[in-house]
Amino acid sequence: MPTYQINVNGASKTVDVAEDTPVLWVLRDHLDLVGTKYGCGIGQCGACTIHVDGTAMRSCSLTLAQIDGKSITTIEGLSEDGTHPVQEAWKEVDVPQCGYCQAGQIMTASAFLAKNPNPSEEDIENAMNGNICRCATYTRIRKAVQIAAENMDGYQLFT
Amino acid sequence: MSTNNTFNTLNRRAFLRNSSLAGGGLLIGFNLFQACKPKVIAEPAIDLASLDYNDFNAFIKIADNGAVTIFSPNPEVGQGVKTSMPMIIAEELDVAWDNVYVEQGILDTNNYTRQVAGGSQSIRFGWDALRQTGAAAKQMLVSVAAARWGVDPSECTVSEGVITNAAGETLGYGDVVKDAAQLEVPENVPLKKTSEYKIMGKDTPNVDIDKIITGKSLYGMDYKTEGMVYASVLRPPAFGQKLVSYDDSAARAMPGVVDIFTIGEKLRGLAEAVPRITGIISDSDKIVVLANSTWEAMKAKKAIKAEWEEVTKAESTEEHDKILTNLLDGNKFETLRSDGNVKKALAEADQVLERTYESPFLPHSCMEPMNFFANVTEEKVHLVGPIQTPEGTAGFVAQLLGREADDIHLEMTRIGGGFGRRLYGNFAIEAAEIADKAKKPVKLVFSREEDMEDGIYRMSIKYRIKAGVKDGKVTAYHLKEAAVNSNMYGLVPNFFPAGAIENYQVDTAKYDSNITTGAWRAPYTNFLAYAEQSFFDELAELMEVDKIQLRLDLLDNVNPEEDERIQYSPERMKEVIKVAVDKSGWGKKPEDVHQGFVNYYCHNTHVAEVADVEIENGEPVLKKITCVVDCGIVVNPLGAKNLVEGGVLDGVGHSMFGELAFKDGKPTANNFDRYQLLRIKDAPVVETHFIDNGLSPTGLGEPTLPPAGGAVANAFKSATGNRLYKQPFTKTPELLKVPEKEIIG
Repeated sequence: MPTYQINVNGASKTVDVAEDTPVLWVLRDHLDLVGTKYGCGIGQCGACTIHVDGTAMRSCSLTLAQIDGKSITTIEGLSEDGTHPVQEAWKEVDVPQCGYCQAGQIMTASAFLAKNPNPSEEDIENAMNGNICRCATYTRIRKAVQIAAENMDGYQLFT
Repeated sequence: MSTNNTFNTLNRRAFLRNSSLAGGGLLIGFNLFQACKPKVIAEPAIDLASLDYNDFNAFIKIADNGAVTIFSPNPEVGQGVKTSMPMIIAEELDVAWDNVYVEQGILDTNNYTRQVAGGSQSIRFGWDALRQTGAAAKQMLVSVAAARWGVDPSECTVSEGVITNAAGETLGYGDVVKDAAQLEVPENVPLKKTSEYKIMGKDTPNVDIDKIITGKSLYGMDYKTEGMVYASVLRPPAFGQKLVSYDDSAARAMPGVVDIFTIGEKLRGLAEAVPRITGIISDSDKIVVLANSTWEAMKAKKAIKAEWEEVTKAESTEEHDKILTNLLDGNKFETLRSDGNVKKALAEADQVLERTYESPFLPHSCMEPMNFFANVTEEKVHLVGPIQTPEGTAGFVAQLLGREADDIHLEMTRIGGGFGRRLYGNFAIEAAEIADKAKKPVKLVFSREEDMEDGIYRMSIKYRIKAGVKDGKVTAYHLKEAAVNSNMYGLVPNFFPAGAIENYQVDTAKYDSNITTGAWRAPYTNFLAYAEQSFFDELAELMEVDKIQLRLDLLDNVNPEEDERIQYSPERMKEVIKVAVDKSGWGKKPEDVHQGFVNYYCHNTHVAEVADVEIENGEPVLKKITCVVDCGIVVNPLGAKNLVEGGVLDGVGHSMFGELAFKDGKPTANNFDRYQLLRIKDAPVVETHFIDNGLSPTGLGEPTLPPAGGAVANAFKSATGNRLYKQPFTKTPELLKVPEKEIIG
């Protein structure tokens, strides 16, 4: 099988996998980065959201060729110690119920706020509408994204 | 330090040597729900790596430095018990919550009882036992301190894990824990008054929050061990089909594939021995692909060419629809409750109203697809994963493999959603058969498609309700249920309006399908509440009385003291109604806000909900739900509010969008592209109010869901003039519009 170099959370990693292996499974099964979740496998639920050069993307629908030469950030690399403003807001509001979708929610919100630090309520709903929360923690997600937006000023991404 | 004197002064029945465990750990367990008899467990069932820890019982471990670990016994599916159950222990133990470390307990039938996440019962059933656990441990610790000081325990006070005597001397729990752990566990220890609570009633964050927001390994899907392989299973493509033959030559040649074989023999043996499990286990053999990674296993599975034959007839939603209607029209019912004479009262009525309500199948759609780890060795059967019923499932696995119950070691992971699906451990049983055959550690992973196509669904149900009114009073109420596979359980016919109407009857009929069905969050009531509460609104319109007054008048007729079958309290129901009217601004809203009302009782909890639908650009939009809950004492308001909001929105989402149709024996949707779940844009605001009455806690995981669909339907009726008789409501989009003439007007 071919060998690939990928840049994840600021480190260069070598993986030996079939070329059609979705990035989701490379992260989970080969690099032990299990924070990125499998939910649907077809880009519909958002549980597998990661950042590719700062843009939120569905890792279940990405091939290794598509991330060649790009920087990947997963939930494990969003901050050194869980103190990204979005993570802190998620903690302050106590968003999760089962928690399974929340890494994807946080990755979507953090990429969105990096580009739109002063969002309207409508902006927030548009940005978050691709991420399903089966426990329906949506009222808290809205609140947490708003709180995070207020604390994003000058925040530098960890990687 | 000599402890002999200490022990002589205390009521000591069993002296347990702490050398009995490697490294000096001590574990005393007692079954809280039976007699509190201490017993020594031969081997540590939990990790006693921290050797300075002392264990009081299966729930509490205290270190010499006073740090406290509390084991949460029940599965955590997102309902928050991993936080709230330890809070109850910590309260009575009287320790600072900040010093408490919470760990998930494993399945341990010697020490815990009812390790189940289901029926909204964890807190309700655990309430007395968890408080006794904390209080008993506290009394043991205080006894040792008092004996050391030579004073009576009643002269000692405790705050945040520090014991103080009348002279002002102090001892920490860590100072006395070694001796205290060797005492007999006291029984019937006095408990705190609610006014003395320091931990319960305070907003307490989810104990796993840091791990969740940083992506740590928590779930069954995340679990890995050395040498583990991944299993993906090719299942019959439709219900009623069976494997005939297969060709795996292409799949075997694919990278990463370790082995391909079939399972089914042992599962069928189990189903024969345990008839009640047959409903969740297919007769057919299934083809298992073992590979070095999840992707390789899933991919190779697609390369298998399999032939299937139809054993029982392929079913469809179209047929179910006709069958259920025929059942309602027929006369083959089982009567679950009958008061007075419904037939006669209906014949004598001035006015009669009859309506039929329809619901589809629903998948559970847990975000974490079904999965389980199994490793079967001569020594033991090691199972790890997300399961709502660990004890029952471990028992089935023991029977499946012909092993002793003690051979099964089951660890519960945090669960990425349950909603009833993970009450049925068929995936764990499958994992055990696979691992037994593979002779290596295996993780079985369902794809989303398998999860949705091979589910244990909420069954399709139809309700027909007929009521009679005479002299301005509701004199008859006849509820008929026609359901696929199974009917409402015994308590439901005694919910409201049972006891409120003189002539009252509940009849059920069912059709046996080859599609697997089971419990889905708030079974039966998740649809029944909408049907009945829509009906009450329509009945009030027919009678030309106030909708809420009709409900209050009916409640006035109920006397639970005369009828012990009655499950709900009319007083508590009236209180939630009153508060909901007040908090929702019922009847005081501007003209373009249309409200719908529902009051309901299930899972021992009384709830009232009001939905607000507003007209925006000529379209009715669901904006807000006000939810008033009487679940007694709220252990953790922060978690409880989350659960209330989730339950309400679950009810909103599934009544608006949820539908799994069947054609040719299989669902017409198998992923979230064609099966619609609630998303953030469609989620209304939820405003939550708890009734503060100091009564013992009841259920909260389910009871806020059932009323939501009814509140939404009643609010849409108010906004559009259209009654909604079918779920999901979006299936009839024309009924969700404001009639044209009103827009023009």
